[in-house]
Amino acid sequence: MKLAGFGLLLSGWILVILALILLPAPAERAAFVLAAVAVEGLGMGLEMRAHRANAGDGQ
Amino acid sequence: MNASSLVCFLLILLVPLAPIGLALLNAGLNRSRSAAQALLGSLCLMAVAAVAYSVVGWSLEGVAGGASHSVFLGGVSWNWIATRPLLLRGVRWTAPESCAVVLQVFAVGMAALIPWGSGAERWRLSSACVATVLLAGFAYPIFAHWVWGGGWLAQLGSDFHLGSGFMDPGGAATIQMLGGLTALVVVWIAGARRGKFPESGPPAAIPAHHIVYVLFGCMTALVGWFALNAAGAILFTGAEPAALARTVVNTMLCACGALLAALVVTRLRFGKPDASLCANSWVTGLAASSAVAALVSPAAALFTGVVAGGLLPLIIEFFEVCCRLDDPSGGIAVHGFGGLWGLLACGLLWRARAGQMVAQLVGIATLLGLVLPATYLFYRLLNRVAPFRTHPEGERIGMDLHELGAGAYPEFVMHSDEFLPR
Repeated sequence: MKLAGFGLLLSGWILVILALILLPAPAERAAFVLAAVAVEGLGMGLEMRAHRANAGDGQ
Repeated sequence: MNASSLVCFLLILLVPLAPIGLALLNAGLNRSRSAAQALLGSLCLMAVAAVAYSVVGWSLEGVAGGASHSVFLGGVSWNWIATRPLLLRGVRWTAPESCAVVLQVFAVGMAALIPWGSGAERWRLSSACVATVLLAGFAYPIFAHWVWGGGWLAQLGSDFHLGSGFMDPGGAATIQMLGGLTALVVVWIAGARRGKFPESGPPAAIPAHHIVYVLFGCMTALVGWFALNAAGAILFTGAEPAALARTVVNTMLCACGALLAALVVTRLRFGKPDASLCANSWVTGLAASSAVAALVSPAAALFTGVVAGGLLPLIIEFFEVCCRLDDPSGGIAVHGFGGLWGLLACGLLWRARAGQMVAQLVGIATLLGLVLPATYLFYRLLNRVAPFRTHPEGERIGMDLHELGAGAYPEFVMHSDEFLPR
């Protein structure tokens, strides 16, 4: 789960860079960047769940 | 050195009050048995950060318009790293760029203190020093180059017509959010303190041992933040010294709005205002101010602070109860969330050219999607060589006795003969 979370985080950033390069129209670019940030949000959520699942008392 | 540079230099001399305030906050929010290690560690980490930055960091950060490496992609030059000589060679000490060097030497120490507070009472000082080398020597300067050194985030405005490019005059991203995300990585790797999350029931409350340190640290940090935001405004937005009054007022309004909002929220939530949460909200207001103070109107700065301080107690509770993150200083929420909100508020409230909000999102996405995973990877590798978590015995007797051999309060012991009838 942790690895998948980092995968989503990195994918989100790559989507942001692709949006900058491939989409010249401001509205499309903004929508794509927002979607990419949402992907990163999912990644953070997955990371938090992974930590919660493993968080014991004094690891 | 012209008048603007002289004012900037004098302001920068006050910046160390901000990390001093954070060091007091970190020490006060710990238990008394780890207070000396927390303060000595703060000094050590500031020293390590300053040396690592001076040896390697500056050569990777550089200044806007200086020598750098670029990658050509999509018809655009992506300036990603500076190529200055090591050990501060090549710095023109009589030019304005020397002010930026001094500011960074202090600011990188401040960033290093944020994870130190979050890993308190279980993070070994030796591994924290090595981790700080990675932060101050590589992560901080590379990201700071992108934002302040003419890198690709700073050029989003000219290359992609996104407002004025990624704006972060006081370090909400480069210092606060980077420090907060590094703190998150440290908490993930080091785990929780023993007894924090019992098998059943809610997380145990481990109260701060010296709330006076905490509140005094807040007051000290305020002065440091005035200087940080004002110096950042001169160096990174080209503000004239005469225009700094608004930056200082906005910084104050952000902190005050955050504190008052936290007072109300904790009063409603717990029945009485909570001193440590209010102190943390004050600092998160300051962290948010780093993005907006030099740019927005006073009303917008006050709004930014109120939102930051009002949400912070809830976010700290969410992280502790729902995410099971044991963060004694609250650094992840205070600096991570505070910086994040400040950057978003800058995009929302600053009357800039079109696309500013997208530029701010690109910078935030870079921190979350690139810097956070990279930091986790390198810290995880470091954890194999120099384990973060201390020996269980160290946690039991406290980091002061375990790592330093003496407590912070050697006379703070109850002797049985004190209770004998006289």
